[in-house]
Amino acid sequence: MPAANPLIDVVTCAVFLLLVTGAAILAGRYMAAVFSGTLSWNPFARVEEGLYRLIGTSPEQEETWQGYARDLLLFNAIGFCILFFILLVQGIFPLNPQQVPGFSIDNALNIAVSFVTNTNWQVYSGETSASYLTQIIGLTVQNFLSAATGLCVAIAVMRGLTRKMTDTIGNFWVDMTRAILYVLLPLACIAAIVLLSQGVIQNFDPSLTTVGYGGTGPQTIAMGPVASQEAIKELGTNGGGFFNANSAHPYENPTPFTNFFEIFLILLIPAALPFTFGILAGDKKQGWALFAAMLLLFVAATGTLYLAELSGNPALNSENVPGMSMEGKEVRFGLAGTVLFSTSTTAAACGAVNAMHDSLTPLGGLVPMFLILLGEVVFGGIGSGFVTMVAFVIVAVFIAGLMIGRTPEYLARKIEIFEMKMALVTILVPGILVLIFTGIALVVEGGIAGIFNPGPHGLSEVVYAFASMANNNGSAFAGLNAAIPFYSLTGALVMAIGRYVPAVAILALAGSMARKKTIPSGPGTLPTASPSFVLWLLAVILIIGALTFFPFFAMGPLAEHLSLLGGL
Amino acid sequence: MIWRKPLKTAFLLFGVLLLITGVVYPLFVAGVADLAFPHQAHGSLVRNESGAVMGSELIGLHFTGPRYFEGRPSSTQGATYNAAQSGGSNLGPSNPALLRDVNMTILHLKSLGITGPWPGDLVTSSASGLDPHITLDAALLQVPVVAKARGINEEDVRTLVIENIVSNPFLPHHEYVNVFSLNRALDRGGVP
Repeated sequence: MPAANPLIDVVTCAVFLLLVTGAAILAGRYMAAVFSGTLSWNPFARVEEGLYRLIGTSPEQEETWQGYARDLLLFNAIGFCILFFILLVQGIFPLNPQQVPGFSIDNALNIAVSFVTNTNWQVYSGETSASYLTQIIGLTVQNFLSAATGLCVAIAVMRGLTRKMTDTIGNFWVDMTRAILYVLLPLACIAAIVLLSQGVIQNFDPSLTTVGYGGTGPQTIAMGPVASQEAIKELGTNGGGFFNANSAHPYENPTPFTNFFEIFLILLIPAALPFTFGILAGDKKQGWALFAAMLLLFVAATGTLYLAELSGNPALNSENVPGMSMEGKEVRFGLAGTVLFSTSTTAAACGAVNAMHDSLTPLGGLVPMFLILLGEVVFGGIGSGFVTMVAFVIVAVFIAGLMIGRTPEYLARKIEIFEMKMALVTILVPGILVLIFTGIALVVEGGIAGIFNPGPHGLSEVVYAFASMANNNGSAFAGLNAAIPFYSLTGALVMAIGRYVPAVAILALAGSMARKKTIPSGPGTLPTASPSFVLWLLAVILIIGALTFFPFFAMGPLAEHLSLLGGL
Repeated sequence: MIWRKPLKTAFLLFGVLLLITGVVYPLFVAGVADLAFPHQAHGSLVRNESGAVMGSELIGLHFTGPRYFEGRPSSTQGATYNAAQSGGSNLGPSNPALLRDVNMTILHLKSLGITGPWPGDLVTSSASGLDPHITLDAALLQVPVVAKARGINEEDVRTLVIENIVSNPFLPHHEYVNVFSLNRALDRGGVP
């Protein structure tokens, strides 16, 4: 009867993770074939060729890392401009039955950057302020393209790490086309239909006013094309909800089944990329090592969040409300379904939520925050999580190399100064953004004005906001009023830097690795697929993550936890 | 010019992908929706005999006791259970306002004659503000009051609640009821 039974919940989660792992292995293999152009059966081959002729490229025309980065930035810049324009003038376009006006300039800027960078941080509430046209032609399109952009970076980095003595790391246009045609679009179509069958809506009807029942009075229910957006929102680790309540809304996530299905979609591609990497590297163990590191962190985070929520809120318990706190949670998901979603969405940089993170217990809320601040490496956003993990591997290899007095190598290629610089830029830029902008927000009026909850929790709101934006997650301690110009504008800046600086740095690293000769491994070579290396990698990730942000954790969630234990 | 060719390629590819993902894809899903799942696609609506929409199976309604089972408190803006603007309270665990809201709900339930200990879901607001469900505990707690207000047998109402249990197939211990369905079943029971 209670929403939680630890034993059954553990079994359910374990079975679920096994399923995800199995599916990820298959998807990893499939993507390796897609991006190396070796699909054994390809019904779209003609379409693909025709498209390349139309846009003037071909898979043989590969680019250097600079060319690849330039194409990526150009393509994203066009996406930004078009989305920004749609958001500003949506009021005069059709498919707007609620006649919502255009967004203000600062909000439009924030939303456009947010969706182009795969952050999907939302300063607006979908059902009241976005037209259906904006939702499909603006936001759904960017859900696909920003996810595909991340996938392109990951694939290019894999090429860089596995090629030798070449200048090129692939063709962005070809990778983009394949990511959409073969990976995201087919999966999204299937996922959308599954969601539809369960009750996720898909229509272009105006809001509907009911007559009510049993004295409830009339109710106005928002409608819209939700299923098509919901599917890619999870699959592309985007996270921008059609509705304000995101995946807690019954029309986005109506049943326990859709809840697990959506979590599955969130984790699928990020969890598959290590396996794709293993295949492309010709050494599947390398992929398994990265996957194992991610899975260990994931399980630890899920367990911590589960225990924190299970123990409940002492303040409510003392009011004769025993057990876990249901504030900001939905009944149908149960504790396991709620916790698994919150962990997955912050591990995988998705940012969709099925519970309000602001209302989690202090230690419970610390878990999503921590996962984001680790740099979204636990599976991570599509592509971006994988490449940040690669940067951590480079740093781990380097430190280990220093300790044992050997030249650091990864996949039989020497790690030198340039690679170290680029890896550190990839890892440190989001963290630096969080520190600087949280600091600013706490001393300027515009920043303090947005805080909703009093006390240490208010600090958690601000830290979470910049963590989420700098690491392109998109979830929030949503009490924070992010629509005010301070957060709108600084947020847009933080999201853009947090996305593109690491992406370009890691492409540079890939380009430099591709040029190197391979060196035969010897007895002094550090094995990077061993359990001890996985543990070492975890240590490096945790030390960097924890040390950078420990003061925030102490003054925010930990202080709040202690104050709750001691009585309010 | 190193920028001109990629710029042209970028625009062309963007246009093609925008058409595929922003027009063809949502229309395809809407087409499948109308052919295969018209009921779900338009909101799983529940109509009365004259065809007017009373509500949705999936969206909670603001019922008031004691003649009806009450759902969870809702923090949606404008009005409770405002399905035109979903959202939670976002109150942090240490926020005194959370305690105040919970205590107000408890006072209201006590005024109906219901006594604690309080199931968490019955006294806190949901994430969407539209949660259609309450836990079995929260429903059973209201049985005596509903039965008394309607002047019917408590056991009959309890049986009705048990008949209306929805169960999460992945977490079989987790049983709950849809408040709208339960209240309609209660009315259909033919009791005044």
